Amino acid sequence: MIPAAFDYQVAESADHAIALLGEHGDESKLLAGGHSLVPMMKFRLATPTMVIDVGRLDDLRYIRAENGHVAIGALTRHHELENSDVLADACPMLKHVASLVGDPSVRHRGTLGGTLAHSDPASDLPAAVLALGGTLVAQGPSGTREIAANEFFTGYFESVLAPDEMLTEIRVPSGTGGWNYQKFNRRAQDWAIVGVGVADGGKGVSLVNMGSVPLRATAVEEALAGGASAADAAALAAEGTEPPTDLNADADYRGHLARTLVLRALTEAGVS
Amino acid sequence: MSVIGSRLLRKEDPKLLTGEGKYIDDIQVAGQLWMGMVRSTQAHAAIASVDLSAALEQPGVVAAYSGKDLTEGYWIAPLPCAWPVTPDMLNPPHYPVAVDEARYVGDIVAVVLAESRYEAADAVEHVVVEYEPLPVVASLTDAVADEKLAHPELGTNKAYTWAIDENPDGVQAALDGSAHKVEATYIQQRLIPSAMEPRGVLAVPSPHGGDITLYSATQVPHILRVMVAATTGIPEQMIRVIAPAVGGGFGAKLNINADEILAVALAQKLGKPVRWTETRTEAAGSTTHGRGQEQHVEIGSDADGKITAIRVKIDADMGAYMQLITPGTPLLGSFLYHGVYEAPAFSFTCEGFFTNKTPTDAYRGAGRPEASYAIERAMDMLAAEVGIDPAEIRRRNYINGGEKFENWDNPAGLTFDSGHYTPNLDLALDLAKYDELRAEQARRREAGESKQLGIGLCTYVEICGLAPSRALGDLGYGAGGWEHATVRMLPTGKVEVVSGSTPHGQGHETSWSMIVADKMGIDPADVTVLHSDTALSPLGLDTYGSRSLAVGGVAIAMAVDKLIDKCKALAAHQLEASVDDIVLEDGNLQVAGSPDTATPIQTMGFAAFTAHDLPEGMEPNLNEAVTYDPPNFAFPFGTHVCVVEVDEDTGEVEMIDYVAVDDCGQQINPLIVEGQVHGGVVQGVAQALWEDAVYDADGNPLNPSFMDYLVPSAAEVPNIRTDSTTTTSTSNPLGVKGVGEAGTIGSAAAAVNAVVDALSHHGVRDMAMPATPQRVWRTIDAAKNGGQA
Repeated sequence: MIPAAFDYQVAESADHAIALLGEHGDESKLLAGGHSLVPMMKFRLATPTMVIDVGRLDDLRYIRAENGHVAIGALTRHHELENSDVLADACPMLKHVASLVGDPSVRHRGTLGGTLAHSDPASDLPAAVLALGGTLVAQGPSGTREIAANEFFTGYFESVLAPDEMLTEIRVPSGTGGWNYQKFNRRAQDWAIVGVGVADGGKGVSLVNMGSVPLRATAVEEALAGGASAADAAALAAEGTEPPTDLNADADYRGHLARTLVLRALTEAGVS
Repeated sequence: MSVIGSRLLRKEDPKLLTGEGKYIDDIQVAGQLWMGMVRSTQAHAAIASVDLSAALEQPGVVAAYSGKDLTEGYWIAPLPCAWPVTPDMLNPPHYPVAVDEARYVGDIVAVVLAESRYEAADAVEHVVVEYEPLPVVASLTDAVADEKLAHPELGTNKAYTWAIDENPDGVQAALDGSAHKVEATYIQQRLIPSAMEPRGVLAVPSPHGGDITLYSATQVPHILRVMVAATTGIPEQMIRVIAPAVGGGFGAKLNINADEILAVALAQKLGKPVRWTETRTEAAGSTTHGRGQEQHVEIGSDADGKITAIRVKIDADMGAYMQLITPGTPLLGSFLYHGVYEAPAFSFTCEGFFTNKTPTDAYRGAGRPEASYAIERAMDMLAAEVGIDPAEIRRRNYINGGEKFENWDNPAGLTFDSGHYTPNLDLALDLAKYDELRAEQARRREAGESKQLGIGLCTYVEICGLAPSRALGDLGYGAGGWEHATVRMLPTGKVEVVSGSTPHGQGHETSWSMIVADKMGIDPADVTVLHSDTALSPLGLDTYGSRSLAVGGVAIAMAVDKLIDKCKALAAHQLEASVDDIVLEDGNLQVAGSPDTATPIQTMGFAAFTAHDLPEGMEPNLNEAVTYDPPNFAFPFGTHVCVVEVDEDTGEVEMIDYVAVDDCGQQINPLIVEGQVHGGVVQGVAQALWEDAVYDADGNPLNPSFMDYLVPSAAEVPNIRTDSTTTTSTSNPLGVKGVGEAGTIGSAAAAVNAVVDALSHHGVRDMAMPATPQRVWRTIDAAKNGGQA
């Protein structure tokens, strides 16, 4: 890769990283797994002058079953989620979705906090955390705050994170209630053209790549809550969405895929 | 024991797989400068000004040049096109750096030289180019309309018309009189060749000696040497070209590129080594593309489906310039549009058009995959029209009724060396369990299942062994088609082969060693192959067009025969016997019938080296050379069966089985043959289902990266099942044909035929490539609900 010139500093702790963010402001970027940031730097679409490497913060790499939820350190890699016994028991959906991200080399580098902070509407794990009703813990200069996943994503690659905040922990409710994840793509390693996450027997339904942010399929969730059949609810999957048009799919085809995949996901999740 | 035909592991692999291979980027020289290319962001624009001043002030920058700066004193001729297909072909001069006008996104408009690659890339961003946009020819449709012009000074976009059309009225009459007729247009989308190793170049001058060494990740070091001399004016004998380990080419390294000539010219000028390696984006947008054609096909048959006539008209997208064999590439398929079938009336016309897009050129199969696709798609459409099975329509039309033939004159003026098609088809259908598949297909249709089954056939023929020099001359090609080999026995009895074929992944060192070992009765490990360096191997015509074995391998076999003859003469002298009585058995020379006289052939090396006791008139040393010019091409063939599931709810296509039964004549190493088939099949189905170099209406490439240009991986393709039949070639003494491109030639049609077959009960008869989920879904929607496909 031949990026524009940049300085590089290793963060020794989350506090250190946040201090560095404060010092360098908008011109700095946190580097975790690097599988989103580095390609953008390679194409010079991102030209941070200071790269702060948080990849060695091993104290933020954990998966713990806690009271009613699973707490996951932000630097936990997809590969670790994919092979976690804790998740197998307490949140098999997240474990499964992690196994579908990219390819093995991506999963050995990419981190859960990184993919959430990057806020790519086409990524799998943000949609899974959204369907699961997860909570994100952000740390800034004045301490930590908790952010509900469905309030986290604000726009295309944008979130509520302040420039001097970083994610430190992600919490997902424990539960093995009916879940499914549908990923539709042309090659195994690609982002989803459309993806669908169903959690907790249909209480949480999320959509991948159906808008500028990872979305909750609220029309589907509400219809199911109101007693609609899976087929009737799935027919509402694209309601209120503004899916993109790109080389893989036009917006109307994405809408069709969303309806088809929501029905499949609900059926697989045991929702009838 | 016969070495030929054994599954010897490739001797290249331990080195290449452990990182010992020296690729272009592994070669670093002191004092080298990196080129950074400033590339046009406009598909077609006048270059109003190029301001290099800010770039020249950047750290590490040594020099920078616009096209105007390089108009005098750097080269004596534009970049070469070696194949002017007609005497009146339009070929506007193409210099390494555009001077007045940029003609595609990626065209070089300035070059910066800096002490490191990073500094060069940074400095490129400081070059300010003012463009005045001109009308853009962004598609073949634009080009044919001829309203906007890719090269305004030419007055037209049409570069040439080339035809095999001796009896147009007869073809028309045959079509008119046909009981069944199919007419179709197929689009061969542009493809990005995507070799594993990008291209790169390093020119090392010798400021006091005057000679220059050019390292290039190329398939064609020998051709490059001639062309560097012809374009730069550096005397040819002062130029040494080395192709180090090269990581694939697929035709995109079969060229003379602007960067190569720039590196040489600037290295000479500055007296310093100059290098460059393309980025993936440059590889995708500025190195040549493959395909890029619209094919209009008409095929007629009698009531039973027996072909009466084939008429083909092609519009071929040249891109912005004629690269080395741009205009000839579509014509390499021209002779094969009748496929493996007898066609009493035949007509082929190709028109080449300029567009404001990346130049096209050879890409694995070069013209033949396009031809095979067109005839094999048309045969399926004809089968549907006649109402018979796709396998049956093929049987009814095979050359010589499917029986074995030799030296068959095809309607396009070539002579097929040999073929035997029916057993090849039968074996493939048997392996695929064709009848069971048809039954399962009927069951799923009956049940109305959402996943429908499709079975696609392709029975292809292709042209290998490029080529008889006389034939190339008749086609207007600017070089011959011979190949050179030298075989020498060293004093210790080991053997060195010097080959003019230039491997870039094919396993030549293994195959050549096997040919030598088989003939001499020695261990293949005792043979070393030298190649890819014009100082080591001064004579050669390199590697493309599946020519290495059928031309280069045959040259080696002939040189070994000469070497063995000399060894026999020497042994006869030692044994005081007549040379006619000397036989070679299991590596020993002996008087026939007298095993006690057995002398290892490898001892002849020392005898010839010391030359203490040679027969009268015999020269010392064992060093024999052959330049072989093949009398004819070779015509491999085969049957590919692709089985897909099409999800009617989403349009997703999944390949669930693939059977390839290829006949490439005598096989030297079946392991290498299978490897070539596997790679070729994936490259062909990639065109059918995934790959498409897309441009917008302004001529901007939309997917010049591996994120958006979808090269399939192992996860997307099923286990490919291979088998073979063997019909030896009559064109050469080894009986070999060639297999480097066969997989690609057979597979795109098989895959699309399978997708169409899965949906044929809905009335679907055709599907454009790539058959993306969206395209398939829209086609289903149109067939079922009358929507827009």
